[in-house]
Amino acid sequence: MIGLMSRDLRVRVIMAVCIAVIAKENYPLYIRSVPTQGELKFHYTVHTSLDVVEEKISGVGKALADQRELYLGLLYPTEDYKVYGYVTNSKVKFVIVVDSSNTSLRDNEIRSMFRKLHNSFTDVMCNPFYNPGDQIQSKAFDSIVAAMMVQAC
Amino acid sequence: MESLTLSDGEQKYYSELFLSCDVDIAKKVASNGKVLDLFRSAQLSAEVVHQITELCGATRLGHFGRSQFYIALKLIALAQSGLPLRLESLNSVRDLPLPRFVMGKNDQESRHTVMYADTENLGSYSGVIPRPPARVQGKKVSAHEMIQPCVPTVDPQPDTISPVVSPHQSPPTSPHAWRKHKRQASGGNVERQASVPGVVWPPFREAQPAPVTGDGMWSAHSPPPVQESWLRYCSGASVYTSAVHSLTTVRTINENQRHGSGYDDPWKITDEQRQYYINQFKTIQADLTGFIPGSAAKEFFTKSKLPILELSHIWELSDFDKDGALTLDEFCAAFHLVVARKNGYDLPEKLPESLMPKLIDLDDSAGVPEPAPEVGFSASPVEDTPNKSPSLPSLNQNWPELNQNNEQWETFSERSSSSQTLTQFDSNIAPADPDTAIVHPVPIRMTPSKIHMQEMELKRTGSDHTHPTSPLMVKPPELPDETKLAATIKYPSAAVGDGYSSSDSFSSDQEPISSGVNRQRSHSGASPEGLKVVAPPPPPPRPNASHSRSSSLDMNRTFVAVPAGSQQAGVVAFPPAVPPRPLPTQTSMPHGHRPVEGDVLPAHTSTSPQQIPEQPNFADFSQFQAFAVDHPADDGEKSDSGQAERCAEGAEMMRTVKNEVQPEERTAATVNSAKVSTPLAPPPKPVRRRLKSEDELRPDTEDPPQKSNVIANVLATQPSIPRSFGKDKKAIQASIRRNKETNTVLARLNSELQQQLKDLLEERISLEVQLEQLRPFSHL
Repeated sequence: MIGLMSRDLRVRVIMAVCIAVIAKENYPLYIRSVPTQGELKFHYTVHTSLDVVEEKISGVGKALADQRELYLGLLYPTEDYKVYGYVTNSKVKFVIVVDSSNTSLRDNEIRSMFRKLHNSFTDVMCNPFYNPGDQIQSKAFDSIVAAMMVQAC
Repeated sequence: MESLTLSDGEQKYYSELFLSCDVDIAKKVASNGKVLDLFRSAQLSAEVVHQITELCGATRLGHFGRSQFYIALKLIALAQSGLPLRLESLNSVRDLPLPRFVMGKNDQESRHTVMYADTENLGSYSGVIPRPPARVQGKKVSAHEMIQPCVPTVDPQPDTISPVVSPHQSPPTSPHAWRKHKRQASGGNVERQASVPGVVWPPFREAQPAPVTGDGMWSAHSPPPVQESWLRYCSGASVYTSAVHSLTTVRTINENQRHGSGYDDPWKITDEQRQYYINQFKTIQADLTGFIPGSAAKEFFTKSKLPILELSHIWELSDFDKDGALTLDEFCAAFHLVVARKNGYDLPEKLPESLMPKLIDLDDSAGVPEPAPEVGFSASPVEDTPNKSPSLPSLNQNWPELNQNNEQWETFSERSSSSQTLTQFDSNIAPADPDTAIVHPVPIRMTPSKIHMQEMELKRTGSDHTHPTSPLMVKPPELPDETKLAATIKYPSAAVGDGYSSSDSFSSDQEPISSGVNRQRSHSGASPEGLKVVAPPPPPPRPNASHSRSSSLDMNRTFVAVPAGSQQAGVVAFPPAVPPRPLPTQTSMPHGHRPVEGDVLPAHTSTSPQQIPEQPNFADFSQFQAFAVDHPADDGEKSDSGQAERCAEGAEMMRTVKNEVQPEERTAATVNSAKVSTPLAPPPKPVRRRLKSEDELRPDTEDPPQKSNVIANVLATQPSIPRSFGKDKKAIQASIRRNKETNTVLARLNSELQQQLKDLLEERISLEVQLEQLRPFSHL
């Protein structure tokens, strides 16, 4: 209780527990999660969320890609956490998993997180030394992601 | 650890070395990095170094204390002499030559006298320009090798490299001479060039010329490894273009040697280096002000044989504007980093200040998106301004060079400021429509008049009631006024009127509706997102020169005395744009206590022309008040209709009010004011009349006399409402047109305000949620 309280009383900063970048072919380019909990669990979560993402982006049959919004919103909630998705025009997907108890997360905040991820991802892409399809090993990207992650307590 | 007996020479030498390694000036512990570099520069294999480290106990301790250091040095000497490493032999071996170190990097501050002049080498070196800093002592051959490649590649940067070369002798060999001198204490040239921060060849030699065979120069690792490495790299770089193998050779030698640990200012680019970089840049891109595309840069830097990951990191650091291309500054920074890395320096996490490209482009107003303060020192590429001082080079001198960066920065700024431009554009959208701009409700001129104040009060209070206050509460202070007003106005439609109404009510000026509308529109346009913006702050009186309505109008008189009939004229002002204020009729509305608002609100909804007659009413809250007191019912109707119209026009209402308020001023008032009234519609002739008060248009007073009642109240105090029905028709039509324009403007404003309201409500909800969440814990 006290722990919970302390968390709630703290300034609400958007913190994700897992952030992943998945390539167009649905293999991960980058995945990072809070180490306190089993990372494997998050990997599974992200993997299963891909189905939802596919469903969402293919659902808009008539609409063209440019009409489709990049932010997909809450993909699906579980009892422990919520999964948000975002897909770029090149079908690169970003997935953010946040803790369910962090109820103060507003949609706009998640959107801004995705926006930051997208910007950082674009910077990585601009690096001529990065071959699309490689794992993302950019330190700048890492720092942006680390800033969004829940601080491991 | 066995006690170590050192000869005098050894003692001196060792202490010098220790000092040079003692980066922290702790006088006790030599930093590991430097020490290891030093040891490595002794040309011993890694295993030997490791062994030595262990033997001397540093591994155990985790650091090199003085004694450990000395022991290690002794062991190095042993190893270099080819003797097995044994602690026992530390003291047993006599006449052990001093350990020799080949230092590539100079330690600026430490002048180590332990420099073994390699006369031979030096001699040969001195002539060499791009001399790889490391002079391997024992490996004369290799040194020569180094030299060989260097010589042919006498490149551009002769000077910088040279210093590295011959510490001792060659002081002069001039081109590099200045550098060398610095390095070579022995040569007596100890000029340290600021540009070579840290690249100081410790005049080792001086200290002990004798004991050592003087093979090499040992220069403590200096922070500016870059210099040497660069030198080396230069030669290497030239190799790029020429022969890779030589580069390799050089590089191996170099790598052997320096692994700089501490950086005093290792990242400073010297002039020679910069010149070299520039030349390299030219080979890729002739135009110094142009960009090197990413692919070309990739190829170029791949030649350096650094791992892709590191190159990628270097790119991240150096591509400052993240545009996928390198400007000259960025290229120099990248090159510098590559050189550093090749020489064993670790890449920094952030771009060092000295490598920051000049962000500030004075010419480019677009600004520097990046951390502007870090104006790159390195920016003086072209000029040979000797950047002796590590401090910020004067930007001024760099400006000329910046020109070449201007483009880049411009593009950068364009890229970064695009959003700004967009937003600015957005904010200007609203007023774009000239008509609508005009239509904006006139900002309420705070002709401080009691009546106005009362009106405002009424409006404000009214709005409070009409709308849930919570969203309003969270609004900024000024907002409340407007929002309240808006709220009231919104009642039927929306916020559009709020600002207007408030402004109207406040401005006793009979400002032309257009101006009023303009102002309000600007408000709304300016910050569509904030409700606050929507409603022009009523309080600040806007002195509108154009308004004939003088502030001198005595609102009290206006509101109180407004006779039924005459008021019409006065009220005319309202119709044009002011959103229908709660007409007095609406006093009977639920609000009850806010009769005024009530009136206004209902009227909002429909700006039906037929309600024009009412217009004057709603605009003028005071009148409502009066109405409430006097003719709640009658006025209500009229006000409703009038207000309905006003609603739509929002601003016009305001204007109307103002118009009313200052009937006398009206005289001077422009036709605009008249327009305000007219647009509302033919019906509210009385209103129109008011608007056109100052002039010609006096809407037919015969029009709903009732309305005129309402208006009359308001206009009561407007004694001089001229009733000129003569030019009504034309004026009416004109005013209709204007009113229509105002309508559209107000409608737009309305929608914006509603959007804002929605957002605010959302915020409020979220805040409430948070509050609830916190509540349980509040008592803990």
